[in-house]
Amino acid sequence: MTSHVRATPTIADAHVPESDLLVIDELATHFHTDEGVVKAVDGVSLTVPHGKTVCVVGESGCGKSVTARSVLGLVDPPGRIESGHIWWRPSPPTEPLDLAALDPRAAAMRRVRGGQIGMVFQEPMASLSPMYTIGNQLTQAMRLHLPLSAAEARERAIAQLARVGIPQPEKRFDAYPFQLSGGMCQRAMIAIALACDPGLLIADEPTTALDVTTQARILDLLRELKDQTGMAMIFVTHDLGVVAEIADEVAVMYLGRVVERGSVFDIFDRPQHPYTVALLESMPTAGLSAGGRLNAISGMVPHPGNRPAGCAFHPRCPSMIPGLCDTISPPELTLGDRRSAACHLLDAEVAAPPPPSRVPAAVVAPAVTRAVPAPAAPAPAPSGEPLLSVQGLRMYFPVKKGILGRTVGHVRAVDDVDLEIRQGETVGLVGESGCGKTTLGRCIARALDPTGGRILYRDAEGGPAVDLAQLTSAQLRPYRGQVRVIFQDPFGSLNPRKTLLQLIGEPLTRIRRADTSDSSIQDQVADMLRRVGLRPEYMRRYPHAFSGGERQRVSIARALITRPRLVVADEAVSALDVSVRAQILNLLRDLQDEYRLTYLFISHDLSVVESLCDRVAVMYLGKIVEQAGTRSLFTEPGHPYTAALLSAVPQPDPHRRSQGARIRLADDLPDPADPPPGCPFHTRCPHRDSSICAVDVPQPRRLGAGHLAACHYAGDLVLK
Amino acid sequence: MLQPDSPPERPGVAADPAPDGAHLAVEPEAVSVASQWKLMWWRFRRHRLAMAGLIVTALFYFVAVFADFLAPYGSGTFESEHTYAPPQTLRIVDTSGDGWDWGLYVHGYRAERDPETLELRYAVDEATRIPVRLFAEGETYRLFGLFETDIHLFGTADPDAPPVHLLGADRLGRDQLSRIIHGTRISMSVGLIGVSVAFVLGILLGGVSGYVGGKTDTVIQRVVEFFMSLPTLPLWLGLAAAVPRDWGPLTRYFAITVVLSFVAWTGLAREVRGRFLSLREEDFVTAAKLDGVGRPGVIFRHMLPSFTSHLIATLTLSIPAMILAETALSFLGLGLQAPVVSWGVLLQEAQQIRVISTAPWLLLPGLAVVTAVLALNFLGDGLRDAADPYRR
Repeated sequence: MTSHVRATPTIADAHVPESDLLVIDELATHFHTDEGVVKAVDGVSLTVPHGKTVCVVGESGCGKSVTARSVLGLVDPPGRIESGHIWWRPSPPTEPLDLAALDPRAAAMRRVRGGQIGMVFQEPMASLSPMYTIGNQLTQAMRLHLPLSAAEARERAIAQLARVGIPQPEKRFDAYPFQLSGGMCQRAMIAIALACDPGLLIADEPTTALDVTTQARILDLLRELKDQTGMAMIFVTHDLGVVAEIADEVAVMYLGRVVERGSVFDIFDRPQHPYTVALLESMPTAGLSAGGRLNAISGMVPHPGNRPAGCAFHPRCPSMIPGLCDTISPPELTLGDRRSAACHLLDAEVAAPPPPSRVPAAVVAPAVTRAVPAPAAPAPAPSGEPLLSVQGLRMYFPVKKGILGRTVGHVRAVDDVDLEIRQGETVGLVGESGCGKTTLGRCIARALDPTGGRILYRDAEGGPAVDLAQLTSAQLRPYRGQVRVIFQDPFGSLNPRKTLLQLIGEPLTRIRRADTSDSSIQDQVADMLRRVGLRPEYMRRYPHAFSGGERQRVSIARALITRPRLVVADEAVSALDVSVRAQILNLLRDLQDEYRLTYLFISHDLSVVESLCDRVAVMYLGKIVEQAGTRSLFTEPGHPYTAALLSAVPQPDPHRRSQGARIRLADDLPDPADPPPGCPFHTRCPHRDSSICAVDVPQPRRLGAGHLAACHYAGDLVLK
Repeated sequence: MLQPDSPPERPGVAADPAPDGAHLAVEPEAVSVASQWKLMWWRFRRHRLAMAGLIVTALFYFVAVFADFLAPYGSGTFESEHTYAPPQTLRIVDTSGDGWDWGLYVHGYRAERDPETLELRYAVDEATRIPVRLFAEGETYRLFGLFETDIHLFGTADPDAPPVHLLGADRLGRDQLSRIIHGTRISMSVGLIGVSVAFVLGILLGGVSGYVGGKTDTVIQRVVEFFMSLPTLPLWLGLAAAVPRDWGPLTRYFAITVVLSFVAWTGLAREVRGRFLSLREEDFVTAAKLDGVGRPGVIFRHMLPSFTSHLIATLTLSIPAMILAETALSFLGLGLQAPVVSWGVLLQEAQQIRVISTAPWLLLPGLAVVTAVLALNFLGDGLRDAADPYRR
């Protein structure tokens, strides 16, 4: 690291007002790789006032995490802080300390790290050491910075665990990370980060890997702890909903620079920079199922190694001024107290079109389509006969124990599920992780052999329905081309050893044996690539040459090459960035119209489901607890679980933050191998009535046209 | 590292990542396509040590193929007057006459017997000059068993002159250099068949075990454990005794390695099984199944290629193990035996301290073993790194 070479400044800098805890001044962190210098952070300025939460938001590859890690000197080689200052002033009378000038291994830095600034990472399971108990790791963090005896540390650690909302802290003190759920682990991680009462907590995507219900509770916890201790927070996230939920101030980053800063209300109500505007626009909103489209930002974040000249955002900007934006880098313009943006449009001296309003000129067109559904897009015409009818489907996985592998029980991943999917509609399947939605999707695609039940599929020619669950793999072959799957992970689902031509062409040769000459396959693959928005010339390249969004396009091409009728999209957009997600959602919608597709859309992201789906089924512990049309489900949920899920979704509107009481569920999903008797949800239900709920299994009740809810009190409870 | 979700561009990717196709802002440059093997080769070339390993390995196999031509003498040719003769220096400049002149030659030996210890001592005889030339005529041999010729890379200009020993001679006055060269052929090749048999068996059984799972897996794993518990050395001893006496020494050794390879597949089978178990859960395997690919197709066309890198490395690393095994066994007298020449057999000569102190050049075959094993190890390492498409 070069940082220690520079003289350590001793004079208090004039730029650090007493109200600020941390001031990042023109920070530049570069990675010196074999392929050249990657300017991951390139001139970031940021202030964190005492007791405030500053959200750093942007797509992946924008340098958010590197900025956060630079503060604590945690940038791994070949990265290092090139220039700039990080002024740290834990208490106003003292002189600020420049963290950027400290050697990352120096004692002074180690005192700050963990002692004065705590950090929480994205993957709670991965950031806790599996070989030590929670208590061990917590007391270690304390005793490194505070003069405590082992007994004192233990006492304090248990209090700390209780403070972060871990039930039975004495017992959990001796638990290993793998014995706790993801949400618990993140709580433990927060407990460790806050062990020494730091003045600042840096949270790097702390809720991204968690379920929406757990996320809501972790956000509540962080907010409570912030209010209790008066600490400040730097919260790194890509999710604008979370930003609206927790931020006081927001810094929007793009390609290593802060493009806009302001209070959370300013950013959401009056965004100034086109990138901020575009990010807000690409959030999925309700009612797209009528045929509207999301306003996706064109293109994707370029690699920091080949940063565009001038304003880095200009190739994707709808209001780009030729000759200016692509040559001159815009200066940061102060727009008021603690508010600034870096865009030429805001510069009074630039005689240019007016600053972009919430809807910039170039994206008005699609916005209009949203208001008036295009007549070309046929409204879903649910015919009488369902395309697919799942009846009493069960998928049990045996739990084996002992040397002899005796089956001691079953995990009921899918337990007696009924679901109908009609031709041309999009059915959403939502639920927390571990509820069995992916297993259900895989059973329908027959990637798994269901334990029981029927999957009745109606052929295109009419005729009697076929039970896919009973077919052997040879008999299934004709149906493999009609029911296709789009996988979640665009990296894991494409074989890295195959070219796009092989990947996309394989189902053609295997399933549809009609015309399988090489040239015909090439033509079809080229055509399909064009449809999903990739260049046909790429067909001889390997998946690793593509970004996540492009790979997901490849996955879609592979699924659609056989001209399927039903597509099971298993978390198809969950791994993608906001802007790319909007592009893929638009693509899925376009292709649905073009090929008359029916989608089963599995997702944990309720906002995406709300925007895309016609009907939604909610799964809990292997059972469907509620299904209804999207509108009625989101406005009048009939099951307490649905209501809780909906209330946990962060709303991208900071004004609605404090409204109404929220329903918060306990973190732990019951063990699917040993589901609770009666209603499976009664252990976490705020409305439970022990007399019935713990005894009788509720049957689905009809609440309206096509609205079913499996709750004893469905219709009687006031849920929203 | 950067953030995990934005890995830096990998080396070897033919062109810059394409901009999002649907919204092409900028026309991409012409796209060139490189095959998998080309990409591997590009990455491999950047690995200096592995390149060196490749060159040395190639040299060794070149020597093995052209041993008859490169060695000045046959493996059994001896000169009884040159017992334990020390290495001679090849001289290029001739200063014996007036001024100096070009010319390859060595000085002859002057042997003296110590009157007290009866030890034979050699001194360089500056007076005698034995001229040496390239492509000299020597013993006749059949190149590749086809072309009869008597041309060697170098030798004495006069076929009847006393032999030259650039690396000295052994107990019977045989040329050490020639014997090391001839030994290369045996040492570098005799275990290859055994290795390949073990390799095929390991992949096949490990693959079936990992992919099919269940009872098949249990049975194969128990078999693996049984074979792993067999002590190799006693087995080798037993086999050496059991192989018919009338077979030649090379055939016997060959038979033993093949039999042993039926035991040696276990380690690889376990690794392959583990890989299959984890790959079976990968999305791309499920995707292939949903694409209608049959079981053999999934195993051999989708799963196996994804750890080719690992297999290549295992294969390259098992060749040095085989060389070492041969050397060790021959040294102990269990493997190859004279008159077959291998590095291990040559080292047998150097079993006594007394011999080594008088003729340290008898240890030179050991140097050949070390060089070959190191080179193959570096080569395997480099191949493993190069073959992994997700290497950072």
